[in-house]
Amino acid sequence: MVAEANELIRGSGHELAAGLRAGAFSSVELVEAHLAAAERDNHGLHAWLTIEDTGARAAATAADSRLVQARREGPAVLAGLPPLLGLPVALKDLVSVEGGQCTAGSRILEGYRAPYDAHITERLRAAGAVILGKTNMDEFAMGSSTEHSAFGPTSNPWDLDRVPGGSSGGSAAAIAAFHAPFGIGTDTGGSIRQPAALCGIVGMKPTYGRVSRYGIVAFASSLDQIGPFARDSRDAAALLHAVAGRDERDSTSAPVPVPDALLALAASDDAAAGALRGKRLGLPREYFVAGMEPGVEARVREAVAALEAAGATVDEVSLPHTEYGLATYYIVAPAEASANLARYDGIRYGRGRRDGDTLSNELATRGEGFGAEVKRRIMLGTYALSAGYYDAYYLKAQKVRTLIKADFDRLWDAGFDALVAPTSPTVAFRFGARLADPVSMYLSDACTLPVNMAGLPGVSIPCGLSDGLPVGLQLIGAPWSEAGLLELARGYEAITADAAWRGLEPTQLALAGDPTQPSPAERAAALAGAA
Amino acid sequence: MASLSRDDVAHVAHLARLGLTEAELGRLEGELNHILDQYTRLTELDTEAIAPTAQTIELENILRDDLVKPSFPQATALANAAATSDGFIVVTAILGGGD
Repeated sequence: MVAEANELIRGSGHELAAGLRAGAFSSVELVEAHLAAAERDNHGLHAWLTIEDTGARAAATAADSRLVQARREGPAVLAGLPPLLGLPVALKDLVSVEGGQCTAGSRILEGYRAPYDAHITERLRAAGAVILGKTNMDEFAMGSSTEHSAFGPTSNPWDLDRVPGGSSGGSAAAIAAFHAPFGIGTDTGGSIRQPAALCGIVGMKPTYGRVSRYGIVAFASSLDQIGPFARDSRDAAALLHAVAGRDERDSTSAPVPVPDALLALAASDDAAAGALRGKRLGLPREYFVAGMEPGVEARVREAVAALEAAGATVDEVSLPHTEYGLATYYIVAPAEASANLARYDGIRYGRGRRDGDTLSNELATRGEGFGAEVKRRIMLGTYALSAGYYDAYYLKAQKVRTLIKADFDRLWDAGFDALVAPTSPTVAFRFGARLADPVSMYLSDACTLPVNMAGLPGVSIPCGLSDGLPVGLQLIGAPWSEAGLLELARGYEAITADAAWRGLEPTQLALAGDPTQPSPAERAAALAGAA
Repeated sequence: MASLSRDDVAHVAHLARLGLTEAELGRLEGELNHILDQYTRLTELDTEAIAPTAQTIELENILRDDLVKPSFPQATALANAAATSDGFIVVTAILGGGD
C-alpha cells in the first residue's frame, strides 16, 4: 500500500483525473496518499503551515460521490466533469478559506480566521478540487527565499540546506515533493516563477487582471497576481483555467474571456512539438546579467538551441530599460505595500497590544507584529511617498515603469510570439546566503520583476540542472497570451521528453521524510553559525 | 537624492506607525541608505515628457448597480476582534484625558 501510494502521488493531475474517471482509485485514496506524504515530510521540508486533513477528506468523499454518480450516468457525463475534481491542491497561506487560518506568513495575523472564501477558493471548490492545506511563504509575500516567514523557513527538496525560493516557496516545495499535483501562489515580482525555477517545476504569473484577488492578502496592488504551480504545463493550464476570469468583487479583474485552449494543450508529444514550428521568439540580451551563473546560462542557451532545432526562430532583442527595473520595482512595490499594510492595527482582527493609549498600542502592535523585511519595505514605501520625496521617488518610478512597459510593447508590435529568458540568475542558494544584504536578495528577482512592472504573463518551466540543482526557463508573452505561452511550454516539454534530466526526482526527497534529520530552521541556524 | 539621518528614520517610522527599537533604527539607517543608493541611477533617465504608469491594463471606471446585497452577519464581522461590547468593537479612547 505504501509503495502504491508513493506511485500514486507521482502522477500528474491529468493522469490522476483519468484514473479517477476510470475508477482505478478513489479521490479518498488519492488524498490519503498525498496527506501522508505531506505529513511525513513536514518536519524535514516545512512546506505547510497547516494541513487540513479533515476538510480534505470531506471534499474527497464528496468528489467520489460525484464520480460514482457520473459513472452511472454514462461516458458523456463523466467527460463533462471538471478537470480538477477530486484532485489535491495546495494554497499559499494568503488565500482566504472560510473559517481557516490565513497568516500571510506573519505573526500579526496569527489567530486570525478568514470570515469568507476567496474568489479562487470558491472556484476551486466548485471545480471539486480538494484543498489540502496552506503553505509557507515570506511574510506578506516579501522575499525571494521563504526565509522571511515568521514561522520558520522551508527547505528545497533538491538540497535541504538550500531555500526553495520565494515568496511562494512552500507551494513550490510541496508540488516538487509530490504533496499535491496543483498549487496556488502569488507573484508580485517573481514570487511564483522564481520558486518554480528553484524547485524544478512549472509556475505561471498570469496577466495582471486575469485572476480575481478577492480574498487574497494584498502586498502591492498594481503588481500582485495569482497563478498556478504544477509539475507540467498541461496541469498549470488546467489550474489557471479553473481560477481565472472576471469577478465583480475585484474591479481590477478584467472582463477578458478565459480561453478553453488552456484545457486543450496537445497530449501527444508530436503535436506539441509541431506547434513550435514558425514561432517567433526573442532573446533579451539584458537578461543575461552580470552575476548569472555559467551553468544557468548554459542550460538556457541549450533550451534556446532546442527550440530553434524544433523550428522556432529566435532573434536576440533588447529591452533597454531592464537595468532600471530593480530600482523602479523597489520604489513602487514598497510604496503600495506601505499603504496596504496600514490596515494592520490589531483592532478589528489580528494580534494587537491594548495595554496603552491608542498611539502606543498601534506602534507596539505593528513594531512587534511585523518582521524585519516587512518593516524595511514599509519604511522604504512610507519614505518614497512622504511629502517632498513623492516626485523624486514614486512619480519618477511610475514614469520609468512606462519606459519598461514600452520596451516590451515594441516587441509585441514587431510580431514576437514570446520572449525566452532565464527565470533566476542562479540556482537555489543556501540558507542565510542573502539575508545579510537586502539588495543581494532583491537581485534574485532581476529577471522576473520587469514582467510584473509591465503587467505581462510569464511562465517558468524546468530546463535541466546545474550542479545538480534545477534551472528555470522563463517565457514571457503579450497581455492575455497565457494559452500561447503554455503551448510553447508544452512544446518544449515535448522536445525534451527524452532528456536525461526529465525523469529525475528531487535528490534529497527521501531525506526530507526522515524524522531524525534536522528541520529547515535547524539547518538554517547551523549554516548561520558556520558562516 | 537625499540620504537619511537617524532622525529621518525615526520620523518615517513614526509616520508608518512602527514602534522600532534603538537597534532597529540603527540597522535601518544603514540599510535604507544602501537601498536608496540603488535608486539614484533612475536620475540618469530623462522622464520629463513621460507619462506615469499606475497600472497596466486598460480598464477604467468599473461601475456596478447600487443595490443592497447581503453582507456578513454581525457576529461574523466581529469574530476576529479581541474585545467587543454590545455588537461594537472596543477601542481605547482617542479624545479626553484620563478616564
